[in-house]
Amino acid sequence: MSELNNTYTISVYTENNLGLLNRISAIFLKRHISIESLTTSQSEIENIFRFIIVVSITKSRVERVIKQIEKQIEVIAAFYHSNEETIFLETALYKVKSKSLFNEKTIQKIIKNSQANIVTVSPEYFVIEKTGWRKDTEKLYDELEPYGLLQFVRSGRISVSKEPMNISNILGLNTDK
Amino acid sequence: MSEITKISGAEAVIKSLLKEGVDLIYGYPGGAIMPIYDELHKYEDKLNHVLTRHEQGATHAAQGFARVTGKVGVVMATSGPGATNLVTGIADAQIDSTPMVCITGQVASHLLGSDAFQETDIIGISSPVTKWNCQVTKASEIPEVLAKAFYIAKSGRPGPVLIDITKDAQFELMEFSYSKCKTIRSYTPVPNYSIKQLKKAAELINNAKKPLIVFGQGVILGNAETEFKNFIEKTGIPSAWTILGLSALPSDHPLNVGMVGMHGNYGPNVLTNQCDLLIAVGMRFDDRVTGNLDTYAKQAKIIHFDIDPAEINKTVEVDVPVLGTVKETLPEILKLVNKNNHQNWLGKFHSLYEKEYSKVIKEELHPTKEGLSMAEVVKEINIASKGNAIIITDVGQHQMVACRYAKFNESKSNVTSGGLGTMGFALPAALGAKMGAPEREVVAIIGDGGFQMTIQELGTIFQTGSAVKIVVLNNNYLGMVRQWQEMFFEKRYASTELVNPDFVTIAKGYYIEAKKVSKREELKSSIELMMNSKKPFFLEVSVEKEHNVFPMIPTGASVSDIRLD
Repeated sequence: MSELNNTYTISVYTENNLGLLNRISAIFLKRHISIESLTTSQSEIENIFRFIIVVSITKSRVERVIKQIEKQIEVIAAFYHSNEETIFLETALYKVKSKSLFNEKTIQKIIKNSQANIVTVSPEYFVIEKTGWRKDTEKLYDELEPYGLLQFVRSGRISVSKEPMNISNILGLNTDK
Repeated sequence: MSEITKISGAEAVIKSLLKEGVDLIYGYPGGAIMPIYDELHKYEDKLNHVLTRHEQGATHAAQGFARVTGKVGVVMATSGPGATNLVTGIADAQIDSTPMVCITGQVASHLLGSDAFQETDIIGISSPVTKWNCQVTKASEIPEVLAKAFYIAKSGRPGPVLIDITKDAQFELMEFSYSKCKTIRSYTPVPNYSIKQLKKAAELINNAKKPLIVFGQGVILGNAETEFKNFIEKTGIPSAWTILGLSALPSDHPLNVGMVGMHGNYGPNVLTNQCDLLIAVGMRFDDRVTGNLDTYAKQAKIIHFDIDPAEINKTVEVDVPVLGTVKETLPEILKLVNKNNHQNWLGKFHSLYEKEYSKVIKEELHPTKEGLSMAEVVKEINIASKGNAIIITDVGQHQMVACRYAKFNESKSNVTSGGLGTMGFALPAALGAKMGAPEREVVAIIGDGGFQMTIQELGTIFQTGSAVKIVVLNNNYLGMVRQWQEMFFEKRYASTELVNPDFVTIAKGYYIEAKKVSKREELKSSIELMMNSKKPFFLEVSVEKEHNVFPMIPTGASVSDIRLD
């Protein structure tokens, strides 16, 4: 009977409000659910913000959480999608000693094979950028680690749903123009 | 010219309140809200400000006012400790869906985040327990934000709103114009009901052989008492109430089968697990109502009428949800349901009541023991009030007893802290209730523990002269915790015994007429004396020290495993 956890991407469309991040994160805190990643940005509609929150919980819990999020006054709508229902990416940056780039042939090969980009090069370090799924950025991490990673950072998930979200309909806006 | 029409932000607050029809505020002044109090002084002929003795008292008084009037309760406090002292009352109003607007002063905006004197992040602190909150740093924002605050507090499922106004915004000049908030694009206070779901619900109701209704505060908040009565009378369905649903249906209504939940009546609890259809009306399946969810009404189909989509399938999975306000959905379903009666099924409730009566109620109401029982005190209040009083209760044994035995003819007459279980609620709430319904008798029934949590509000009752009748049922224990210690912790009475002061002397110290009763033969006359008084009156009743409230569903047990002893 016990349901399995699954990874869900929760998209929340909101009015721009100072306290809203606090209110939304409190919904997860109250239920002891940890947030795996969180991104906030301007949405496709003017003056409307979008939060993308990734959590690993059961389907019935995500359904309840969505309703609690939608209950917040300044939330316009909230949706959840499984990984299969979304197209999603994360970006990772890797800072490596420049010495390694020039001395180790293999590192150039790793960069090339992983389809990563070199963003910047300085006498001390260079920075590689890789955008893709979590497993891709993690693979590159594992490959670069032996050469001494000075810094590593990964963004929250950005995603779009495969199905339309109809947020404009909810707001009565026409965004086709 | 425009200079002349400009007013301060502080005055805009008062004018906004007047536009919302507010004439009563509970509060406590302090540094960061002084400009608003200064304006209050000028408007004191239009706006009555009641100075409570603690900010928590102001919140509970506003709640008591809101619960008996259906209007928004208004509270004011200063920044820092003034604001944090509101938190318990706000949380209470949130979980019990009470409309309330709290206005707090805040340090000047240039000091925000500097740990200034009496600065606290009340927006952050109150976020999880408010329906909405907002900080205002510009005077020009005040009318619009307050209009939104009142609209949000009272529309849909009501709740508390907190508006934090920096001191510079209170001083700043602005041009005042006010228009009431009628809609917010991201907020749907009342979701649309679906005809399809109504038809499904009606079909289940028409085919049910053993239906049971459990109704909650939604009936009261929706002003749907008449619609509810019409619905149950046509369908003939036995109806049980949650603690906050109490008084929505008169106590003597033939279809009123009592209270569900932990200390509710035997019949509706046992029969929850025998009914074939459970119809929840404006209630939220609180754990104190359902007991163990794994064994709650598993045999029944469940229909859930509620205004809040987040309540659907929150704890109990339902077969047919009916969203919307019961004020609209009940008349709609009335057209679709057949006239019916369920006399045999209703008879089951009556026979289980007989069992409860002989095992519990008889001894409670007519004790053979020497000590006074809490229930016989409630019974005497019923007799004296003829069921017409507003009864305010605190939290604990006396609350369960009062809700079990108090009789009500009118709705909005039971005021208690249900969801949060806030000890100290009753005394200030009774003041608010009396000010909201001055023509009605208001009786606060309080335990000796909870009474001492907000005892300072005797001062406010004295100062306002509100004729609140205060009954303290004194057993020198935190009775409910002691009961659990007796039943589940082998009588280890850890920190539950209270050595109490002379309450009568304290009440008299506040110039409130007071009396103490410890003998049965004095009880009736003392209650009559209290009820006949036109002034505040304090009555202490010494009750049996170690008495347990039954029936009881132990934690984790099924509703049908309710114990009579």
